[in-house]
Amino acid sequence: MLSHAGARHGAPALLHPLGVMAIDRALGGGLPAGRIHEIFPHSVADEASAMGFAIMLAMRLMDDGRADGPMLLWLREEQAQRRAPLHGPGLADLGLDPARLVLGVLPDAKALLRAGVDALRSAAPGALVLELAGNPPLLDLTASRRLALAAEASGVTPLLLRLNGARPAPSAAQTRWQIASAPCRPFLADAPGHPMLNLTLLRRRGGPAGFDWMVEWDHDAGIFRPAALPGARLPLSGGGSRPASGGDLDAGDAGWRIAV
Amino acid sequence: MPGTRAGASPSERTALTDPSGAGAARRIALPSPNAAAQAGSPGLEAEHPAFGHGVRPHREAVSNEVLAAPLVFIEKQQGAFRLHALDADALALGLEPGMALADARARVPALVALAHDPEREAACLTRLADLAERYTPMVALDPPDGLILDISGCAHLFGGEGALAADAAALMRHQGLRVRHALASGPEAALALARYGESRGGASVPHDRARPAAPGRSPRPSARPSHPDGRTATAPAPPRRPACASGEAAAIRDLPLFALHAAPDVRHALRRAGFVTLGDLADLPPGPLAARFGAGLIDRLDRLLCRTDSRITPRRLPPPLQVERRFAEPVAHVGSVMAALGALLDAACAILAERGQGGRRFAARLYRSDGAMRDLAVETGQPVRDPAVVLRLFDERVETLADPLDPGFGFDILRLAVPAVEALGAAQDALDGARDPARDLTALLDRLAVRAGPRRLRRLVPRDTHWPERVTRLVPHAMPREPAGRWQASPAGEPPLRPLSLLDPPERIDVMAQVPDGPPRRFRWRGMLHRIVRHEGPERLAPEWWRHPHGHDGAPGLTRDYYRVEDETGHRYWLFRDGLYERETDAPHWYVHGLFA
Repeated sequence: MLSHAGARHGAPALLHPLGVMAIDRALGGGLPAGRIHEIFPHSVADEASAMGFAIMLAMRLMDDGRADGPMLLWLREEQAQRRAPLHGPGLADLGLDPARLVLGVLPDAKALLRAGVDALRSAAPGALVLELAGNPPLLDLTASRRLALAAEASGVTPLLLRLNGARPAPSAAQTRWQIASAPCRPFLADAPGHPMLNLTLLRRRGGPAGFDWMVEWDHDAGIFRPAALPGARLPLSGGGSRPASGGDLDAGDAGWRIAV
Repeated sequence: MPGTRAGASPSERTALTDPSGAGAARRIALPSPNAAAQAGSPGLEAEHPAFGHGVRPHREAVSNEVLAAPLVFIEKQQGAFRLHALDADALALGLEPGMALADARARVPALVALAHDPEREAACLTRLADLAERYTPMVALDPPDGLILDISGCAHLFGGEGALAADAAALMRHQGLRVRHALASGPEAALALARYGESRGGASVPHDRARPAAPGRSPRPSARPSHPDGRTATAPAPPRRPACASGEAAAIRDLPLFALHAAPDVRHALRRAGFVTLGDLADLPPGPLAARFGAGLIDRLDRLLCRTDSRITPRRLPPPLQVERRFAEPVAHVGSVMAALGALLDAACAILAERGQGGRRFAARLYRSDGAMRDLAVETGQPVRDPAVVLRLFDERVETLADPLDPGFGFDILRLAVPAVEALGAAQDALDGARDPARDLTALLDRLAVRAGPRRLRRLVPRDTHWPERVTRLVPHAMPREPAGRWQASPAGEPPLRPLSLLDPPERIDVMAQVPDGPPRRFRWRGMLHRIVRHEGPERLAPEWWRHPHGHDGAPGLTRDYYRVEDETGHRYWLFRDGLYERETDAPHWYVHGLFA
């Protein structure tokens, strides 16, 4: 398993391509394993999309969502589980077999971070999602560095999902993403289609940032697909206005129906 | 001696009760160091030695002023407060159990009365039984104040039955109790000897038969039997010398008929027939006795005379595997104790390996030299027999204890039990030494479970139902994995049909839609207006009528029409209308139930 190879300090991280060439190029080849990646929603309404993006990234890191692969450990706080319990069929519809998920519901941020460090040190899970609400004072630069060191040593990738009004702060994260939900490509009979997300790379350690892309998640293949844009967004460089490859879209905006 | 105060300092004086005792009504005796000299060493050989204890429950220490006065315990009987138990001073002043409190107060104005608390006595007795488990795992309670220990096979660990008895009596006395003990071949005989037997020092004394039938139940004052030397039999317990082998039978035969625990009329009839001790009855043919008094009497007589083989029912079944270590000197250093626990784990895991089993639950019990005990238990999700893994779990457990391990003067016995075992085949490491990720994961989850609690780690298991709120079941990860069903995903090529997260409970929204079953066009949720651009539906879900007649929110079970919608900003929701127009309700409500990625 790629993420079990256990990168040592200083060794180059294993890169997992996300499926959209523009993003992979901007990331330098793919998403690096064994590093912290932070995920923020654009607004309160986008929290479900941010959660979905975490799952999608986890699936890319574990390389597949099949039933007999490594486990995904999701740590969240009690109030988060009460507010928005995960729905099994929904996970399956994103491509992740819920049998691969172990959900840890912990009483507070302190227990959560401690369990997260333990999980990273043990190198046991395939990927780790730490869902934190708000801006807990415990999650400062020191805690973040501790997570990063543990992750680098073992090769397990922690995905830090910051919901419920969290604000980006200095941290030891390798990449920081902002997620918003976007109008999807319609399915038959004008039904909502596959999830379409607007990704913004807020920060990347050791490289340029500030890009955004529109991507669609293909749950059968477990990979991102680029979406054709009507040209309304101007990327900073090498961005997301390339026509879709391998999709059914017409290049340009013919595939989009303007909503009334 | 009644009326004398022993040389104990006030802080050691503790009030005790003696609900039943040979030749005595209930009484309280203040313990004294001199009383410790009373237990002789019982030299006795018997085939199934059982150890009867007459144990007086421990009470909280009362203040010094209170202790100076005569002390009684009272309980309410038939509307009046009556004396349940008295101390030696009160007895000496002529008070008797069963006397009304008002009468007692009239005689002794300075009396101090405390309420009799049977629950605390029972709790105290169970605590003493825990203490007694250091000698043998087979301990049974004989409420309200007795313990029976089956020491067959354990006596050699303590240097013989006599030494075991002396050690146990000293331990109980250290708790501040007065103890009477006896050894016999059968549990009932031992208990009867402890309770009703007399010392062998002089001629056998005729016991009074008119004792209270049962402690606390008939408060009729009993006539005092008298000793030849004029002391009443309510004196503090004379030195006990349990009978020897040939003498055990004789001692049992000398027991009073009260030991039969028969009904008052039966006892009365036996007394009138001239029977005084068990020996009188022992030699009679059982037939006529059974015909006159019932077969129960004969059964009880046989048990007392050890003619039938009776066993105690121990409080706890012995675990499948138990190892223990006794330290020559009490160990006060917690690190050394954990190291000893590690050694015990090595031994236990070796035995498990021989049996081809692994442990799911490990329980360690640390006995302090002063009698206190501490329990540590860990559970694992899969059977394990790797001592290092379990020791690490125990370290976690010690770290997360609410109150830290207090060695006091030291631990002298360390006992490790494996109450839950499961079959575990031999494991083989991979040739290249690579770690097994599945094993690492279970080890990690076990550690997290020990620290945070086993219910915190869960898996999602599908239920065989179509109802969205019920389809996801969270089970603790350590539960044995039943062959769970597979999750149903939407067909390949289709977008997700189910939301990623649900709202619990569904939130009410205002919707503009065509009546009767048009799709929603606009909805207002949490104050925000959303215009619907795309939708799919309805997907009609009927409630599970076989479960209950009421559906969501207590209303009669309503059919839900679910819609998958997207609004103009690109957010996707799962809405439903609760109820069908005109068929089920006139004004169905709309709800948002889930959010898509």
